[in-house]
Amino acid sequence: MKIDWTRNETLVFLVIVAFCLVATAVDPAFLSLPTLFDLLRNSIVTGIFAIGVLLVLISGGIDVSFTAIAAFSMYTTTLTLVSLGVDVPWYGIFVLSILIGTGLGLINAVFVAGFRLPTLIVTLGTLSAFRGFLLTFVGSQLISNVPAGMRDFSRLTMLRGTTGEGYFYSLPWAFLALVLVVIGTWFLLNRTLLGRKIFAIGGSSESAHRIGIGVRGVQVFVYAYVGALSGLAGIIHASLARVANPFDLVGLELSVIAAVVLGGARLTGGYGTITGTLLGVALIVLVSNSLILLGIPSTWQSVVIGTLILLGTGLPAYQAKRAALRAG
Amino acid sequence: MTEAPLVRLDAISKSFAGVQALSGVSFSIEAGQVVCLAGENGSGKSTLIKILAGVEKPDDGRVVIDGESFSALDPRISVARGIQVIYQDFALFPNLTVAENIAFSAELTSGHRLVNRRRIRTLAQKVLERIAVDIPLDTRIEALAVADKQLVAIARALALDARLVIMDEPTTALTEREVQSLLAIIRRLKAAGVAVLFVSHKLAEIFEVCEKIVVIRNGEVVSDKPAGEFDLDSLAYHMTGRHFEMTVARPFDPQAAPVLEVRDLGRDGTLDGIGFELRPGEVLGIAGLLGSGRTQLAKALFGLLPVDRGEIRLDGKEISLAGPLDAIAAGIGYVPEDRLTEGLFLSQSIARNIAVGRLDAFSGPLGWLDRTGLGAEARDWLKRLSVAAPNAGVPVKSLSGGNQQRVVLARWLAGSPRILILNGPTVGVDIGSKADIHAIIADLAERRLGVIVISDDLPELIGCCHRILVMKEGRIVEEIAGGAVDAGELAARLAS
Repeated sequence: MKIDWTRNETLVFLVIVAFCLVATAVDPAFLSLPTLFDLLRNSIVTGIFAIGVLLVLISGGIDVSFTAIAAFSMYTTTLTLVSLGVDVPWYGIFVLSILIGTGLGLINAVFVAGFRLPTLIVTLGTLSAFRGFLLTFVGSQLISNVPAGMRDFSRLTMLRGTTGEGYFYSLPWAFLALVLVVIGTWFLLNRTLLGRKIFAIGGSSESAHRIGIGVRGVQVFVYAYVGALSGLAGIIHASLARVANPFDLVGLELSVIAAVVLGGARLTGGYGTITGTLLGVALIVLVSNSLILLGIPSTWQSVVIGTLILLGTGLPAYQAKRAALRAG
Repeated sequence: MTEAPLVRLDAISKSFAGVQALSGVSFSIEAGQVVCLAGENGSGKSTLIKILAGVEKPDDGRVVIDGESFSALDPRISVARGIQVIYQDFALFPNLTVAENIAFSAELTSGHRLVNRRRIRTLAQKVLERIAVDIPLDTRIEALAVADKQLVAIARALALDARLVIMDEPTTALTEREVQSLLAIIRRLKAAGVAVLFVSHKLAEIFEVCEKIVVIRNGEVVSDKPAGEFDLDSLAYHMTGRHFEMTVARPFDPQAAPVLEVRDLGRDGTLDGIGFELRPGEVLGIAGLLGSGRTQLAKALFGLLPVDRGEIRLDGKEISLAGPLDAIAAGIGYVPEDRLTEGLFLSQSIARNIAVGRLDAFSGPLGWLDRTGLGAEARDWLKRLSVAAPNAGVPVKSLSGGNQQRVVLARWLAGSPRILILNGPTVGVDIGSKADIHAIIADLAERRLGVIVISDDLPELIGCCHRILVMKEGRIVEEIAGGAVDAGELAARLAS
């Protein structure tokens, strides 16, 4: 296959390779199974969030409230089960959290599709409102005694092993959730008419309206879907940590959106791929987790991520512009 | 066999907020007939299209399709009955491929929940073959030229078994040659039994394809006759209710010292060996196909495109243009091709748009703007160029195309330039405004401005210009005296 240098995917992939090479040069232990499994585990929650964000960006909108939705769903689910003292298997807990997330996503949808308000304004508002409501009316205490179902889930290990040097590594089954979300969303976007409608309204919502696509209906689906994924990501986060902290997750928005944009999705809508998004997530997770390995202070993380965003989105845009100039 | 017409409009009336857009409009379209709906901007053409598309409901009257009578259509009925509208902006998806754009509407009505790339490609290919057009199916729409986008829009209409295709101002953004291939497609549709309602305010092309011309003015049908019974003059008269004479360039002093001299101007790959002189009061036309370098030349003269070699002299003094500010300071004005995107701040007021080029002249010691002065100046220009606007404070986007063009002109004239470059000055304006703009050009020349007109409209060049330079591949290949050729001959020389 011909390498297309104007694609974000190519660039992000090369940066990942370069980063790994440098990291290995500094610390030969970097290139090992434990590091790989660490990174995979750390990309579960970010990855699920990113897939949701990808969908909204393609539809021509933006959602910054997903972390608040995740925290809300996760904490409310945990608190409810703990205070009722009922024993629900982990999948029941997951369904509850996903339903709460979907409900909150539908609140976004009411403002976006119902009142036709700008999506950034709506979700900035709900980000703050969901979080405030959670901390004020639901609770602000950390729950470390999570329901048994969640603890059971955290023990479900997909792969485990020990390296020759005696380092232990493992990958939880939760990783499968990311894989399923990726496959499902890929199918939705590329193989269903609904998915193509999402691309269509992101490309031109006016055109979509004129050829008879129910733009509002598609938007309702998109925000509900993001809500559902947020509910899922939230409960996975709490289960793996075996603690429900209502202050968790919020603050992650920008690095998740950064990952998706690095992967080639455009903030103006209509463009974005699952592959690009996953590469973007891999890069962000790599940078957030491994800079310290290289002896770079953690305060530098934001600087590095910011630089990557500027380069990762600026270079392809610059090359596309030059190509356009040459063409005509 | 006498059949009921495909579509018959019966005394359609529609008003918006008390303004009568259509009153008692009746005419019919037979299967496979090419009908032209002619009328100036604001005559009610768009409202009529929307009623046929089912987007607007008439206040009164009926639409009869295949003998079945409707008091109002809705978009689904229209589509189900085979009525397809190709809007001026095509309503395509820039981020999707040609194949997907063509098949999207058909997929929507098919009830499929899953998409199948092969099915979509086969459908798209079949439709493109029907109009004998070859566009790569996997190209994204954003990468296509305007003419190809239009073909995709036509193909999408056909994918839904259209029996009546309504084209709203289909030729606005096309060059002469592209218009010809569009007309060929319209003939092919007709041969396949598809009726076409061609909505336009351009006159010449109307005659080439139409069997019948329906003229509307102020919401009423003023004429509904076979195309053969019209000629350019009578059609213009019906559309506007006025008689026009083609503006002819007025004489200038050929001995006067040139205001602009260009020598051996060049830029690798775009311009080569450009040289000409322009005298005060002269109108110089530049003709050339798209890609001939005509727009690049205009941009180079305005400092928007850096040149590698050559010199530009203004009043005998060599000037160097590093950017538009240098050009403006030297007295060169440029009215761009796409007045909507390049020339105006659409959401800003007329006054601000006129003043933006020379805010310096209106700013006080601390940089405060003299608003009273600005307003007075703007009002003065509105009057001199007869811009139809309630006052100078309304946003430019509320004006019609012709009036927007005049606002752009006013901006440049306000700076008292020595040379004015007009690129496509009458693209997208109706015939009345066009005649007015031609008169303005003649006036400008009379005030001893040097005027350069770049246009696709060959009769316009021949009528307005003293000389016409023909450009090809970045070079000036021929110089023709205005009036020495007719449009057909000029077209032939451009294409040769």
